[in-house]
Amino acid sequence: MSRTTAEPTPVPTAPAAGIVPPDGDDRGSAQHARQAMRRLHRTEHRWAAAFVAAPVVGFLVFTLYPLGYALYASLTRWNGLTAPQFIGLDNYVALLGDEYFRKTLWNTAFYMIGIPIGLVLALLLAIALNRKIPGQTAFRTIYYVPVISSLAAIAIVWQFAYNGDFGLVNQVLSWFGIDGPDWLQNTATVKPAIIIMAVWKGLGYSMLLYLAAIQSVPRSLYEAASLDGANGYHRFRWITLPMVRPVTFFLVVTNVIAGSQIFTEINIMTPTGGPEFSSASIVYYIVRKAFKYQQMGYATAMAVVLGLIVFVVTLIQFRLNRRNSFSID
Amino acid sequence: MSRKTPMGITAQNRVINTILFVVLALGAVVMIAPLLWMATTALKTKAEVFALPPVWIPGSPQWDTFVRMWTEAPILSGFKNSVIVAGTVTIVGSVTSSLAAFALAKMRLPFKNAIFLGLLTGLMIPFPTLMIPQFVMFSKIGWVDTLLPLIVPLLFGNIVMIFFLRQYLSSVPDSMVEAAKIDGASYLQVFRKMIFPLIRPAIAAQFILWFMTIWNDYLAPILYLNTESKQTLQVVIANLNVEYATQRDYPLIMAASFVALLPILVVFLIFQRQIIESVALTGAKG
Repeated sequence: MSRTTAEPTPVPTAPAAGIVPPDGDDRGSAQHARQAMRRLHRTEHRWAAAFVAAPVVGFLVFTLYPLGYALYASLTRWNGLTAPQFIGLDNYVALLGDEYFRKTLWNTAFYMIGIPIGLVLALLLAIALNRKIPGQTAFRTIYYVPVISSLAAIAIVWQFAYNGDFGLVNQVLSWFGIDGPDWLQNTATVKPAIIIMAVWKGLGYSMLLYLAAIQSVPRSLYEAASLDGANGYHRFRWITLPMVRPVTFFLVVTNVIAGSQIFTEINIMTPTGGPEFSSASIVYYIVRKAFKYQQMGYATAMAVVLGLIVFVVTLIQFRLNRRNSFSID
Repeated sequence: MSRKTPMGITAQNRVINTILFVVLALGAVVMIAPLLWMATTALKTKAEVFALPPVWIPGSPQWDTFVRMWTEAPILSGFKNSVIVAGTVTIVGSVTSSLAAFALAKMRLPFKNAIFLGLLTGLMIPFPTLMIPQFVMFSKIGWVDTLLPLIVPLLFGNIVMIFFLRQYLSSVPDSMVEAAKIDGASYLQVFRKMIFPLIRPAIAAQFILWFMTIWNDYLAPILYLNTESKQTLQVVIANLNVEYATQRDYPLIMAASFVALLPILVVFLIFQRQIIESVALTGAKG
């Protein structure tokens, strides 16, 4: 309250925002100040509350409420039209014995093989692009084009490319004397085919993040290492790899979360879930059960399991990351 | 080091760079080949599509395919619907998101951080977990087969965007906002005159990324949109793919798919520097 004591002759003026009317009495002025502050804060609180209201309401209505309802509906027999019928844990028990559910879980996990493959390729690409290579920006743009392209359109063209008789993939393979299979009609090749497409589509994104991370490594670090006699592999192993670890972590988490929800390419490329259901993913099965067979309670139980898996995976990875970064420091 | 053997190192580097260039160029061909093949197939005759040995470059390009697809398939209404959904969502949603980011970054509000954390947990819940209750909710108020379920929930703001704008705003000193308030500016004025111009580049980048996501969205639209004239472009091409494949009209399917990804491709090529920079930032901040 230096302001009040600094003014020898208090002139009564209309209190401006934030300024306490001086009245000589220290205790009184402090109280006034607090009150004025509280009043000001109250307006600020009101405005701030109004500004955050939209996302908060959106969260409550379109996330929290449906989540609560999903938890409840997963305990019911429900066709989405009539009132849900409470059946306890029956849906979850039925899931345990549902061989299709197990199969889609396995398929979805299988697709994750593409994540490490994609990350290794992306890191190698980023390291290559980080050297002063002619056409660096052009390469970066070309590798990024599949990332921004519509997944539906990409899935359509790849479905056509995988056609056994006149598809692009087998035409190219025939140059090397390889007689390619009918990729999407074959239980052994349908999942690898989808993985190849997914790696192709996501490569540019991971590459870009790695490139940004590598470029942020101070050059002096590499120079110092070189002076100490570190060769290319050493520099990669002990500088590049640790420096890009946060990006790797970020990419693994986001890829696992996205990968567990893989749907579009499955639904477009293999509309029936592939030969013997060998390409069907969890979300594919959920959509089919809920919207084709109207088994909404059962489908919701699967959706809850999926949500739990995503939640647990995210949690584990955060745990692991924390431990790793400690050991590095 | 380069002082010791200047020639040796540069010569070696040049060889490595040449090899890398060739590898990268081959990779680039692989990346672009399916898209080029899509474009050339669109220009082939139906017979050329199935010709053996394959026809790589169509004899006489069938530009007509790009004309007839507008009348033979609901591409135009698909375009219109996609523009309506993506446009409304991103414009309104960006306003609500940036106001919320401003409040969360620069204003006093009890439980501010708890609110922010709560919103962030929403990101951990996958859409498929929520989609069935959401669908039933919207079907009860008769919104199925309209664009509303695709638009309305997103008007309330985008948590990812709020996250990045809040981050961006944390570099703005609090004293600037305080000074503006003492000058008698209202909070809306502070936002409009000071905060918005400051975070405009960040908003623009997030806006483009969000627009792309919505434009390319497929799962929610196929759940809600049944009538052909109400479908978004991605649903239209997916349905064409099923219908026209039986008629073996691959040129038309490819032409429509090409047109569906063209707008985003053009936007990307124009704004690629901004897009690439903001995406690179995403990883750094994430």
